[in-house]
Amino acid sequence: MKIFLKYREVWLLAAIAVLIGLISMRFPGFAAPGNLRQLFNDTSILMILALGQMAVILTRSIDLSMASNLCFTGMVVAMLNAAHPAIPIPLLIVIALLVGLVLGAINGLLVWRLNIPSIVVTLGTLTIYRGATFVISGGAWVNADQMSPEFIGLQRAAFLGIPVLSWIAILVIALFFLLMTRTALGRSIYAIGVNPTASVYAGIDVRRTKFIVFCISGMTAGLCGYLWISRYVIASVEVANGYELNIIAACVIGGISIAGGIGSVGGAVLGALFLGIISNALPVINISPFWQMAISGSAIILAVVLNARGERRQGRIILKKAEAA
Amino acid sequence: MTDTPAPRHIPDRLDNPLSSAIFSWEALLVAVAVAIFAVNSFASPYFLDAWSLSDLTFNFTEKALIALAMALLIISGEIDLSVAAIIALASTIMGMAVQAGAGTPVLVAIGILVGLGCGAFNGLLVTRLGLPSIVVTIGTMSLFRGIAFIVLGDRAYKGYPSSFAFFGQGYVWWVVSFELALFLVAAVIYWFLLHQTSFGRRIFAIGNNPVAAQFSGVRVGRIKFILFCLTGLMAGIASVLITSRLGSTRPSIAQGYELEVITMVVLGGVSILGGAGSILGVVLAAFIMGLVTFGLGLLNVPGIVMSIFIGLLLIIVIALPILWRRVRRERFT
Repeated sequence: MKIFLKYREVWLLAAIAVLIGLISMRFPGFAAPGNLRQLFNDTSILMILALGQMAVILTRSIDLSMASNLCFTGMVVAMLNAAHPAIPIPLLIVIALLVGLVLGAINGLLVWRLNIPSIVVTLGTLTIYRGATFVISGGAWVNADQMSPEFIGLQRAAFLGIPVLSWIAILVIALFFLLMTRTALGRSIYAIGVNPTASVYAGIDVRRTKFIVFCISGMTAGLCGYLWISRYVIASVEVANGYELNIIAACVIGGISIAGGIGSVGGAVLGALFLGIISNALPVINISPFWQMAISGSAIILAVVLNARGERRQGRIILKKAEAA
Repeated sequence: MTDTPAPRHIPDRLDNPLSSAIFSWEALLVAVAVAIFAVNSFASPYFLDAWSLSDLTFNFTEKALIALAMALLIISGEIDLSVAAIIALASTIMGMAVQAGAGTPVLVAIGILVGLGCGAFNGLLVTRLGLPSIVVTIGTMSLFRGIAFIVLGDRAYKGYPSSFAFFGQGYVWWVVSFELALFLVAAVIYWFLLHQTSFGRRIFAIGNNPVAAQFSGVRVGRIKFILFCLTGLMAGIASVLITSRLGSTRPSIAQGYELEVITMVVLGGVSILGGAGSILGVVLAAFIMGLVTFGLGLLNVPGIVMSIFIGLLLIIVIALPILWRRVRRERFT
């Protein structure tokens, strides 16, 4: 029972299991291994983005520009591929990471050097990056027939029976797990969120660390730029429009506190999975996809209520211990 | 040091009056507006025509109405991302009422009441349960717009009565549209509320230090609740105007408005961290955004490229005072 109170990931895992169980009652094939694998693959991009956003939210900041960054980077990579099909895919992925990093670093520099609140900076860059996508593409689309077969091949490529896209997600999850739990940087990220003032006295450069998390979220957005385009084989200014709020929603459902310092890699992954299941399962059990938004909204509100109660309960437990002592 | 920078320098008469007048936020905004105005009137012969200036106001009045209430909410340290979804929900319910044969007065009442109800719902969640508003309103944003999608799907409501068209398309005097007149009246009311009443004083107090305000006898929860209701109410009024102007309801109506409204408020010099801001600044920011979009429109610049200018403007206008303070500090220390 203690484990339930202690880890919200367990709650979320239980919620996801219940959700899959309910859907399976209506549609028996839903919980089949093949289908679950497909589900994980469909949610891969959201997971990677949620992990990048998680690093930012843990430091009490927010990055609203991720979807626009994804859109811009995706367009850059697609246009490069259309113009020079000879560029190998691994190099394109490196380019995507770098472009995303630069866009993230711009956010980070404004936060670091000018101390502008992150929500204002990223609200500005959200519109700027999407507008810049239009400028570099001239408003044109890059279609499937302009992309090289290798570029699109990612979605069909598989290794050990699991799609490459899922492998990339697994790799990113592993990297984030190492970063958050095994490095000084990860520890600083949590420390800043819990208590920025104490972090300064502990010798952490708070604003420089924030710069680094914006670089991290920018890189994840850049990577997803390539993944998104290769998966949906269309690059346009409309790519991932409004998706920034989905990413934040995945984090919130995953128990990552907007007040900073609370959250985990597992939470972000499960939060993204939860949203992925909702969007994927509705057509399967004959519910109109138009219900998706309202269900996600209710899930977010419910998650916030539960998380807030959890945070308060922790406080009470500390008091009880003090009384007992 | 932390993510709460020093409160913005609020000029008063004890400072050097000249420099504080030149470098006050509102003065900066006026300069920006005049510059854009001058560029536009040189760039296009059609710009200075009274009717085209009147058309310009349709670009921003609906968002600016919401921005007035949003400014108060953000000064108190909260935020509401669900305003565009409230517009969609109110518009959808108005559309249902039209199908049932409701007349114009009923439609207006529905728009206003639905807005108020949604705002109260946000306010209850935030103040009663003590939840962070940014997350709650992301949730209610999906919920409200989700209901609109459930009701409408990919259909649209049309067939609004002809008398209903006045709110979004009519003029009260020469080139002054009903929307513009309503915005100006609302701006005066909100200016009075924020800068001339003890209620407004309390909003600033809450934004600067909610705990201190609570201990000083300010009913923080109640005031925040009222501000959420006001924001919802303005979204409801905006919904009446937009629905009337477009003459139809789709669930995707007013998509992305919430970020434009918040941009307007922040551009107007309201601190996103709460505790500072003015209605005059927000009104100026609304006109600036309108001027930019309209002027670039005359030059055939596509809307998405205009958003680059708005984004740059937002960041530059926020960065300038910070840089200016830094330069001054280095000179005096």
